[in-house]
Amino acid sequence: MSASDTHRAIDAVWRIESAKLIAALARIVRDVGLAEDLAQDALIAALEQWPRTGIPNNPGAWLMATAKHRAIDVLRRSTRLERKHEELARRIEAQLETAPDLEARIDDDVGDDLLRLMLIAAHPVLSTDARVALTLRLLGGLTTEEIARAFLVPAATIAQRIVRAKRTLGEARVPFEVPRGAELAGRLSSVLEVLYLIFNEGYSATAGDDWMRPALCEDALRLGRILAELAPQEPEVHGLVALMEIQASRSRARIGPGGEPVRLVDQDRARWDHVLIRRGLAALERSENAGGALGPYGLQAAIAACHARAGTFAETDWPRIAALYDALAQLAPSPVVELNRAVALGMAFGPATGLELVDALASEPSLRAYHLLPSVRGDLLAKLDRFDEARAEFERAASLTRNSRERRLLLERAAACRDRRSADQTVVNQGPGASRTPRTTS
Amino acid sequence: MRFMVLLKADENTEAGIMPSEQLLVAMGRYNEEMVKAGVLLDGNGLQASSKGARVTFSGQKRTVTDGPFTETKELIAGYWLIQVKSKEEAVEWVKRCPNPHEGDAEIEIRQVFETADFVDAGISPDNEALRKEPELRAQSQTLKNS
Repeated sequence: MSASDTHRAIDAVWRIESAKLIAALARIVRDVGLAEDLAQDALIAALEQWPRTGIPNNPGAWLMATAKHRAIDVLRRSTRLERKHEELARRIEAQLETAPDLEARIDDDVGDDLLRLMLIAAHPVLSTDARVALTLRLLGGLTTEEIARAFLVPAATIAQRIVRAKRTLGEARVPFEVPRGAELAGRLSSVLEVLYLIFNEGYSATAGDDWMRPALCEDALRLGRILAELAPQEPEVHGLVALMEIQASRSRARIGPGGEPVRLVDQDRARWDHVLIRRGLAALERSENAGGALGPYGLQAAIAACHARAGTFAETDWPRIAALYDALAQLAPSPVVELNRAVALGMAFGPATGLELVDALASEPSLRAYHLLPSVRGDLLAKLDRFDEARAEFERAASLTRNSRERRLLLERAAACRDRRSADQTVVNQGPGASRTPRTTS
Repeated sequence: MRFMVLLKADENTEAGIMPSEQLLVAMGRYNEEMVKAGVLLDGNGLQASSKGARVTFSGQKRTVTDGPFTETKELIAGYWLIQVKSKEEAVEWVKRCPNPHEGDAEIEIRQVFETADFVDAGISPDNEALRKEPELRAQSQTLKNS
């Protein structure tokens, strides 16, 4: 095995072991920042030694033992020679002697540690940006450079964000424990929010040239699937996993040959990923069976499932989708939900109904710069044959999006409205009443 | 990226002999580990080729041959579909699998094609035929009239 092969293999081991390693170390030293430093030290030791010695049979255990030895050094050399540090160092030493870890896997019962680490990485004392970066770094095993590339920001920014986040956690003296009951649900919702943010940044990139960054979707899904095994009793965890699985199932179909977005109505459903759809529907079932009514993620997953079950766009059960959006608007009201509800109602009960709802959102300050508001309005107006207004809305939407692929799609739709408009005038000129004739397509 | 991990058959799988209790437990633990790591998407064991068939093609002609088939080592006895970050990660996971036949066994790792691979190869999926604009127009008309 060449040195670069070994390095790639070490990367792979790191991907698999790092979260468990950091989580177990954090339980021992009660400090996430220190735990990560220790894990990194173990990684550096592996990079130095494995190219010579080969990869050990149980690389996870090797990393853990190395990190523990390092922990003893660090604790003993700590300038604040507190008694508890010495105690801790002695305890780790004793552990290493009685159970050298080299035979067993890190810890088969690492689940609680991982859950604790997830909750801390997404702790509400941290800013959203910090939660995203820390989660990808500590649990996703991504390097600072990988996170920076994914979010199109300089690596130094991410590095600083992570350092600051770890300091904030230390200063806030966040307890390293898994809360119970309602508090757990509250803390989990912060984790779910972070995972969905990561997923969405990958699913419809807010900036840049690519319409999707699939690697981020895969990272979010992987973390979601891990969380579903750690907290199987929580319906919303399965709800989010279901939502992400079903949305990801459309990845292949929602990008055209030139990298441009393809709308749901235009997607070739044969290209949807049926493995992911099946997984998504199973996760939705787990969410439904976990008891109680569906939460916001569960409802969104149920909506996505309606699309997934429809063999063609025409077969979509819009009245059911509209009813699910009604429930969602009750449970988690927001202008964006309201906008989606307008689309669903427009499909179920005609564009005029949808337009009424959209117009009620026109003065909503949080949607002022949201490109999907004029985009949806344009779509409804076009369906009502009000092409001039529709074109203006599509052009406005194009000016608001930061994604270049999406901008092109919106400008195409604006151009199509102009064409339709001139086509209509031709029809009108052909004789009285002609424009009233319903357009049939053959 | 995704990999299809293919377990090759041996005399026992072809004879329909079930694995030992111990192996089943070990395999269950291994699969569970991959589920907990969010890696395993799908997977199944396959029955002996005597319960299967082959369809061979020659021009327009199709010939059906019922199993069993003799070239045991070329047959597949099971598969896993996994989603990982690299081929090395796939290899690392497969190395952790308990020996599936307890004697000699072979597992093959194959990468699944993704959309990006087609784009890289300059093949564009036929999109023109997929435009369903007419269908949409007809439908929105129906909705309007209803």
